[in-house]
Amino acid sequence: MSAIRHETAVSTGRTARVFLYLVLVLFALFYLLPLYVMGVNSVKPLPEITGGNMMALPRAWTLEPWRAAWSSAQIGVQPTGLKPYFLNSILMVVPAVAISTIVGALNGYILTKWRFRGADWVFGLMLFSCFIPFQIVLIPMALILGKLGLAGSIPGLVLVHVVYGIGFTTLYFRNYYAAFPTELVRAAMIDGAGFFRIFWRILLPVSGPIAVVSVIWQFTNIWNDFLFGASFGGTSQPMTVALNNLVQSSTGVKEYNVHFAAAILAALPTLAVYVVAGRYFVRGLMAGSVKG
Amino acid sequence: MGFLEIRNTTKSYGPVEILHDIDISVEEGEFLVLVGPSGCGKSTLLNMIAGLEDITSGEISIKGRVMNGVHPSKRNIAMVFQSYALYPNMTVGQNITFGLEMHGTPRAEREKALAEVARLLQIDHLLDRKPGQLSGGQRQRVAMGRALVRDPDVFLFDEPLSNLDAKLRVDMRTEIKKLHQKLKTTIVYVTHDQIEAMTLSTRIAVMYQGYVQQLGTPKEIYDTPANVFVATFMGSPAMNIIPAHVVMREGVPHAKITDADGNEVLLRFSQPNLAEWDGREILLGIRPEAMTDPEGADRQSANIQTLTNRVSVTEPAGSDTFVTMVLGGKEVVARMRADALVRPGQRFDFAANMEKAIAFDPKTEKRIAP
Ligand SMILES: Nc1ncnc2c1ncn2[C@@H]1O[C@H](COP(=O)(O)OP(=O)(O)OP(=O)(O)O)[C@@H](O)[C@H]1O
Ligand SMILES: [Mg+2]
Repeated sequence: MSAIRHETAVSTGRTARVFLYLVLVLFALFYLLPLYVMGVNSVKPLPEITGGNMMALPRAWTLEPWRAAWSSAQIGVQPTGLKPYFLNSILMVVPAVAISTIVGALNGYILTKWRFRGADWVFGLMLFSCFIPFQIVLIPMALILGKLGLAGSIPGLVLVHVVYGIGFTTLYFRNYYAAFPTELVRAAMIDGAGFFRIFWRILLPVSGPIAVVSVIWQFTNIWNDFLFGASFGGTSQPMTVALNNLVQSSTGVKEYNVHFAAAILAALPTLAVYVVAGRYFVRGLMAGSVKG
Repeated sequence: MGFLEIRNTTKSYGPVEILHDIDISVEEGEFLVLVGPSGCGKSTLLNMIAGLEDITSGEISIKGRVMNGVHPSKRNIAMVFQSYALYPNMTVGQNITFGLEMHGTPRAEREKALAEVARLLQIDHLLDRKPGQLSGGQRQRVAMGRALVRDPDVFLFDEPLSNLDAKLRVDMRTEIKKLHQKLKTTIVYVTHDQIEAMTLSTRIAVMYQGYVQQLGTPKEIYDTPANVFVATFMGSPAMNIIPAHVVMREGVPHAKITDADGNEVLLRFSQPNLAEWDGREILLGIRPEAMTDPEGADRQSANIQTLTNRVSVTEPAGSDTFVTMVLGGKEVVARMRADALVRPGQRFDFAANMEKAIAFDPKTEKRIAP
């Protein structure tokens, strides 16, 4: 009796699974299509694109568009390629991610293990900041950056992204540390460890998964940001703004192959972060969501 | 003045007072157990001694030094937590020496202290493992090691055995007792298990609803409980509490009780001061082991009274047989020898050891005799 049921369960499971995989493969192909188009067209000479099929493989392979995108394409008025802007983005994203993650971790630590009156209010307000659209803060932010003398500079952009990011990073770390046993903190207190030593020696060593979540989240958001970069970048604009200027330029022929290469270049760092740390991402998200 | 003094100490969370006027003095080398049901405030009191919770009012001092407002690490105490609270990212060795490291003890001394403690607790072979790779009993030992290595004035234990299985709990209990006898350090130990309290302590504070109901040696607590709560909380099965009337016969107070069939039974008291209660209602407290079959009765007792009553249920438990009957309208448990011949429904002659009987005031539930 039970054996028969077992068999039918397996066989229906099998057809369902075949169907499921079919659907998944189709979706994957659908999602990969743009990447394919970009990749293929970034290694073709321009006439092959303007004269022929976007989907076809290149007849004459060339890396020239990549070289041009990187170091010689006309961006605005200068033929610099994306290189200097890429550097700007790195100089912006590394400190911004590091600072917002560290501040988020400290906030989470304080909000769960050194609770004070009104801690929940503070946390609520920080959460609220996650829901404020970028556009609303543009003018007040411009004023503040101007007053601080940071307008149009990389430190200014770092500040903007840190301020915008700590709401999220605090949320991640607070939820993660809420599940961390308070008895451990108490034991460390009796052992004579102070505020920073408890953080450094007891909490941080087990914060890997959530730190990965925070870094990935912040990195992708800050790297891909266009609005803040365009508004406050000044002379040190990030990669996204440069890419826009390159693609939107109205003078001369549109070099689609260079545009494709440039777009891939702009996306590569986030891709790299996902490949390296992606599998911790889901794990960390789950860990952080267990207790709130 | 005691080694550890808790004087008129209270604790409030906001407007709610959860510990009321606690007054306990502990001598050096004592093993004090705080016992009581869940939520009575045991952990809170322990955390106040440790400095993990503020003292709302009153004073706690250790070795004559007032501890109010002193940081936990400066009180020279060590604590073992219910969850053991081992640092998951450190090895056993690092766990044990972390406190010494924080206090700036040189490495060589730390290594020496570690070796000593590891030998004492027989965990030498585990020193390089992480806590996640240990069994419950081994974690328990490591947690004790972390406390021992500091050589503190006072050890604080918060239900250290409650995460272990029954067998291991008994073993570790014996080991803690041995350790105390060897080291003679002052210990304050929290548990809700009355057997742990009885076996480990030199003195017990029974707590309920934020009050210390009684403070005394295990024998005092067991033989002369201050009130009905202490009487029924300590001991397993619990003490029988039977409504009764005091009547005088030939100038001696007796307890008048109705048995299962509605007959009146008279049991002579050994406590003469109950004469004042002539004609009034009391609660008669008698432990299951003071209600036996006649052959099992205590030969030392000068006052064994026979009580005939109908048996409702018998429960053989291997070493003893527990017999339930109805007395004064309440279920009453008697503890018989394992091979006592007794059947449900039968009328049986019980031997009540009235020397061990206790009388409580039914209104205040306080003990009135002996
Ligand atoms: N932070 C707090 N705020 C308000 N009330 C609290 C707080 N902590 C504890 N209490 C209350 O204080 C009382 C005593 O708690 P405590 O933890 O000391 O109990 P306990 O005797 O250790 O119980 P258990 O055996 O369950 O551990 C409980 O009624 C609890 O609800
Ligand atoms: Mg407790």
